[in-house]
Amino acid sequence: MEQDFSPLAESIKRYRGKPGILIPLLQEVQQIMGYLSIDTMAHLSRELDIPAAEIYGVATFYSMFKLKPQGKHIIRICKGTACHVSDADGIKDALKSSLGLEGEEDTTKDMLFTLMEVACLGCCSLAPVIMIDDTTYGKLSPDGIPKILERYAYEEGK
Amino acid sequence: MSEIKVKVGMASCGVAAGASEVYYVLTRYQKESGGFDLGSTACIGMCFEEPIVEFSGGSLGSVSLGAVDPAKIEEHLKDYLDNKLPDANIILADKHNGKHNELLAGQTRIVLRNCGVIDPKSIQDYEAHGGYTALKKALAMDPDEIIDEVKASGLRGRGGAGFSTGLKWSFAARAKGKKKYVICNADEGDPGAFMDRSTLEGDPHNVIEGMIIGAYAMGADEGYIYCRAEYPMAIRHLLIAIEKAEEKGYLGKKILGTDFSFELHVKEGAGAFVCGEETALMQSIEGKRGMPTIRPPFPAESGLWGCPTNINNVETWANITYIINQGSAEFRKIGTDKSPGTKVFALAGKIAGSGLIEVPMGIELRDIIYKVGGGMKTDKPFKAVQMGGPSGGCIPASLLDTIVDYDSINATGAIMGSGGMVVMDSGTCMVDVARFFLHFTQSESCGKCTFCRIGTRRMLEILTRITEGKGEPEDIDKLEDLAANIIKGSLCGLGQTAPNPVLTTLRYFRDEYLAHIDAKRCPAGVCNSLLRYEVIPDKCVGCTACARKCPVSCISGKVKEVHYIDQEECIRCGACYSACKFGAINKG
Repeated sequence: MEQDFSPLAESIKRYRGKPGILIPLLQEVQQIMGYLSIDTMAHLSRELDIPAAEIYGVATFYSMFKLKPQGKHIIRICKGTACHVSDADGIKDALKSSLGLEGEEDTTKDMLFTLMEVACLGCCSLAPVIMIDDTTYGKLSPDGIPKILERYAYEEGK
Repeated sequence: MSEIKVKVGMASCGVAAGASEVYYVLTRYQKESGGFDLGSTACIGMCFEEPIVEFSGGSLGSVSLGAVDPAKIEEHLKDYLDNKLPDANIILADKHNGKHNELLAGQTRIVLRNCGVIDPKSIQDYEAHGGYTALKKALAMDPDEIIDEVKASGLRGRGGAGFSTGLKWSFAARAKGKKKYVICNADEGDPGAFMDRSTLEGDPHNVIEGMIIGAYAMGADEGYIYCRAEYPMAIRHLLIAIEKAEEKGYLGKKILGTDFSFELHVKEGAGAFVCGEETALMQSIEGKRGMPTIRPPFPAESGLWGCPTNINNVETWANITYIINQGSAEFRKIGTDKSPGTKVFALAGKIAGSGLIEVPMGIELRDIIYKVGGGMKTDKPFKAVQMGGPSGGCIPASLLDTIVDYDSINATGAIMGSGGMVVMDSGTCMVDVARFFLHFTQSESCGKCTFCRIGTRRMLEILTRITEGKGEPEDIDKLEDLAANIIKGSLCGLGQTAPNPVLTTLRYFRDEYLAHIDAKRCPAGVCNSLLRYEVIPDKCVGCTACARKCPVSCISGKVKEVHYIDQEECIRCGACYSACKFGAINKG
C-alpha cells in the first residue's frame, strides 16, 4: 500500500536546507506517521536531498526511532539499576503474560500495546517503575500488573 | 494574597506517587473556602515520602507532610489553619519535631537550594530568592576576572571526570574564533541517577543563569541544553524558563543593556547513552549519529560545527551562581581542599531514605548511608554501594569509611561519576549486578571501537554463562584480560570505563564469582539457574497453593499433607516461593 506523505509537506518545508535538522525532523515525522518506514525515509531523502543511508543510519542509531508500526499505548519498562535490583524482570514477565506476548514479540496483535525496555526513567526511589504513555506507575509488584492494564483495555471497550 | 501558603511537590516522582490528585483536592477546597495560597514546587529530595505537601505562614511555622492521603489533606489543612498541629505524617517542621529533620540537617545545599522551595515555573519566585543577581554582578566584571574566580573556587566538573571547570573555561576563552558555543550536558543516562532531572525540574533558572555567565566569560553568543527526551517535565520547565528570561532581558540581544548577546536552545536527545560523551553529544546536536570523535582537537578548539565550544554538565553549571555571588573563598570553605564544594547524589536501591541529597565533599560514605540516607530499608545487612553507574564500581562494607572526593573514590576502583548511588543488601548478587551493567554498556556501545563493540559482548557472554551455572575456572582470567584490553582500546569514556563494574566486583567479591563457578551456587539467591526450591516439611501445611501456581505442575502432594517438588521437572521460576504464605519453601 502506498503511504500518503502529504501530511509531511509542512515539516519538510520548515526544515529544508537548515543544518543539524535530521533528528528533530525525524522526531516530528515519527509523530505524524507513527513510525519511520523505509518508504518514508526514502521520501525524506528525495525531498531534502540527504542520502537515504544517512537518514537510515541516524534512525537506527537512536532508540527513540521506530522502524515498525507501534501499538496505541507504549509501555516502557524501566531497566535502571534500582529497578533491576527490585525485580524489574518479574514485572516484565508479568506484563508479557498479561499481554500475551511471546519470545521477542513486542506489540500486541490488536495493536493496542507496545512493550519496550528503557535505560532509566529517573524515578529510582519508586522502583520498580513502568511508564504507560506519559503516566508513571511505581512501587509495582507482578500481581498488580493486570489491574493497571485493565484500565486501558476498558477504555477501548474490551 | 494570603499569608498561609500551601505548596505541593509536583516533580516527576511526586506526580508518579499521586501528587496531582492531592493538588486537585486542594484546588477545590480553595475555591470553596479560600484562606490560603496554593502553589506547586518541585522536589525536596525525599522521594520515598511523596506526595509531599508543605504548609507555611501560620503560627506553627513551616510543616511538611509526607505520603499524603488525598482524602485527608483537607482535614490536615483545617487543623493547620486553626493553629493545631495536624495528626499526620509530619516529615519536616522548623518549630516542631519532624520525622526527617535530621536527614536534612546533614546536608549542605548549593545546587539544590531552591529545589522544593520555589515554583520552578515562576521567574519572579526565582528572583525573590536571589535569582539573576549573580548575572548582574558578573556583567559588571571583566570576563577574565570571572574565569579566575571560577578557577580559584576549585570547582571540578560534576559530570564524573572531575576536570577543573575554570581551566576548561580558560581554554575556550583563549581559543581563536568569532563564533563560540556553550553547551549544558543534560543527557543524564546512567541508570540509577536522577540528579539532573530534579535540578532542571526544580530550579531551571539557576542552570540557565550559570550558562549565561559562562557564555559572557568565554565570549560565546549561542548555547544548547542537550536534555534526554525521557525527561518531559524538565524540558517543559526549561522552555518556560527560557521564554521568561528572554522577556525580562536576561537572554537575547544586548542583555541588561550591555553589548553582550546570548541565545539559548533546548535540544532533545533521542535515546543513546553514548551521547553523554561530549564529542558524541555534539555530533548528535549536528543531527548525526552520536559517535565520539578523536581528541585532539578538543571541543575548546574545535567543537560544535567546528567552533570553539565549552561543555559542562547540569550540576557544574548550577554551582556558578553561588560562586559568583558568594565568592570563591566562601565556596572553598565547603568540602575538601582538592574537591571543594558539594556533590548531589541520587540515593536508590535498598536504602530507607531514597531520593536526592546534597552533601559536602569529604563526608564519609557511612554517614551518607546511615545518617543522611536513614540506613537500610529492610533488616538485611548492607553489602555494597554502587557508584558511578555503568562506568563505576561497587564499594564493599569494609571501605565504608572512604570519604567522598574524586581522588578517594577513584582509589577504590569506583568513580564519583555523575552521582548515582545504588545501595545493595545481602539479597543482591554481585555477579548479576556486573552482568546487568555489562548488558547495558554492551547494548549502548556505538560500535566505533572494536574492543568496546565486541569485547563487551564477549564479557557479557562469559558473565551470563557464570550466572547460568556454566562458568569455567579460567573465566575469571579471561574477564580480566578482556577488561584490560577494552580499557586500552577504546576511544571514549564509555569503553574505557565499561569494565569497571566487573573489575571492582572481582576485586571485592571474588568469592562470589568462585561460588558460582566452582560450587554452582548463588550465595545471594538471585541467579535462577543455580537455585533449588524445596519444601520444608515442618512448615508445610498442605494448603496446595504452591501446586496450583506451579506452571509445570511439578509439585505433588495431597491436601493437608506435606508437598514435594520434583527437581528434575522444576524450571526454577519461583512461583511456589511467592505463593507460599507459610514460608515453607526454601530457596537456596
